[in-house]
Amino acid sequence: MTRARAGVGLKPRHYADVLEGDPETGWFEVHPENYMGDGGPPLAALARVRERFPLSLHGVGLSIGGAGELDRDHLDRLKALVERFEPALVSEHLAWSTHQGQFFNDLLALPYTDETLGHVCRHVDQVQTHLGRPILIENPATYLRFQESTWTETDFIAEMARRTGCGLLLDVNNVFVSCINHGDDPVDYLRRFPMVPVGEIHLAGHAEDRAEDGALLLIDAHDRAVADPVWSLYRQALSLAGPKPTLIEWDNDIPDWHTLQAEAAQADAILAAGARHVA
Amino acid sequence: MWPETQTAFAAALLDPMREGPPGVAEDYGRPARDRVAVYRNNVIKGLCDALRDGFPVVAELVGDEFFDAMASAFVRAHPPASPVLLHYGRDFPDFIAGFEPADVVPYLADVAGLEQARTEAYHAADAEPLGIDALQGLSDERLSRMRLDLHPSLRLMASEWPVVSIWQAHQGLDPVGAGSGLPHTGDCALVLRPGWTVEVRAVAAPVHAFVRALGAGAPLGEALERLDRADAPDPSSALAELFHIGAVAGLADTHNETKEDLPC
Repeated sequence: MTRARAGVGLKPRHYADVLEGDPETGWFEVHPENYMGDGGPPLAALARVRERFPLSLHGVGLSIGGAGELDRDHLDRLKALVERFEPALVSEHLAWSTHQGQFFNDLLALPYTDETLGHVCRHVDQVQTHLGRPILIENPATYLRFQESTWTETDFIAEMARRTGCGLLLDVNNVFVSCINHGDDPVDYLRRFPMVPVGEIHLAGHAEDRAEDGALLLIDAHDRAVADPVWSLYRQALSLAGPKPTLIEWDNDIPDWHTLQAEAAQADAILAAGARHVA
Repeated sequence: MWPETQTAFAAALLDPMREGPPGVAEDYGRPARDRVAVYRNNVIKGLCDALRDGFPVVAELVGDEFFDAMASAFVRAHPPASPVLLHYGRDFPDFIAGFEPADVVPYLADVAGLEQARTEAYHAADAEPLGIDALQGLSDERLSRMRLDLHPSLRLMASEWPVVSIWQAHQGLDPVGAGSGLPHTGDCALVLRPGWTVEVRAVAAPVHAFVRALGAGAPLGEALERLDRADAPDPSSALAELFHIGAVAGLADTHNETKEDLPC
């Protein structure tokens, strides 16, 4: 990726649009867990997409933030995909999804303590050693915080990056969702976020859950267009981080290809305007 | 300590009667129980949606509300053991068979079995189907001792219900093959993905037995004995049809000690 471009998540319902059309999208991202079958259309489509576009593998199954050991079989499956598809980027989450052999299919929050920092750094080290390359770790969307936390999320992330040498995936929608959910200022969060290691940005839509008294929780639903305040936060993020490859995540109530590509085009236009501004 | 906190958090995700993990901050706006409930809802809904993706006809047959209740009961009883969810529905048909509220739709578990077979075929290993010309020039004796490697995507199922017709009716297709919707006519189904598309066929019971014997490794001559019935198709046309649909991916002579694919 010579110039930072916008990309989109590759979805089975868009295989035909992507493979038979001439998409202007800069790159594609997939969850590797959806490509861990033995064969069939998903892997065949991904191989053809990879012939024409840079690819990013964005894992949801390693449970980096868990207290338990990483799943070696899953690491091996991920390594096999990395070797086959040679992705430009590989990323995972600052979250946990597996505990004592049960997979919860969600990105769950952890306390930010010296103890959990140790677990996280050991796991990131293990993944990077196993894959033989650095990975990016994404800031989570959270709905709760733990009283025992002794680190702020941004300091925890900065220290993780410093200790492991990993890159970061800055999810701007997650920043917005978490800050609203905990009464923090999203712009202040961005100012405290370590921008130097950022290698990718995510944008997505979120849902609102309102209690009877009107109190709000935002849900990282990935089921609609990017909200206006998240677009403006994205511009702020670019002014701090510089132009970075940016993904539109839309995983539920997935729209037609044209609508999805229009979202990516909007991110591309903001990236291009920023690049001209810098030049 | 994090392992204990994580254990309490994990337990609360599948069980709404449990409190969340200890030490959740009662900060800004919403109480801790609402915050834990978001994660619980994400977990249950996400896994139910994953099941719905794999079992769309089951969901159509019972409606969304019933499907969600049944799927969430399955999720709580059988949370996935792997972060790869492609095969998460493997135990769902058996669960449905034992799920009493579903007894009013007695064929539901078998329709689920057919949909699970389709999912397995979709993600199965790729293989180039073999043409019938691969058998050309083989003597009858040699032919009868050949072992056919079935395509890795091939799945068989037998039901006392017309599951193929039911499934086809939910694809906007005219039911074809055995059954035609008659309530007491069972279907044998052959599911196959020779290329990009998963195909579902109703086959006659003797053909089903023939293909099952081949799949179990029986030599062709022995497997063809399953077609030695009045209601069975002619053996040579059944064999030709099997190649024609792309169900055969390799051949080996059982006479050879080492299994060796013939040049095609």
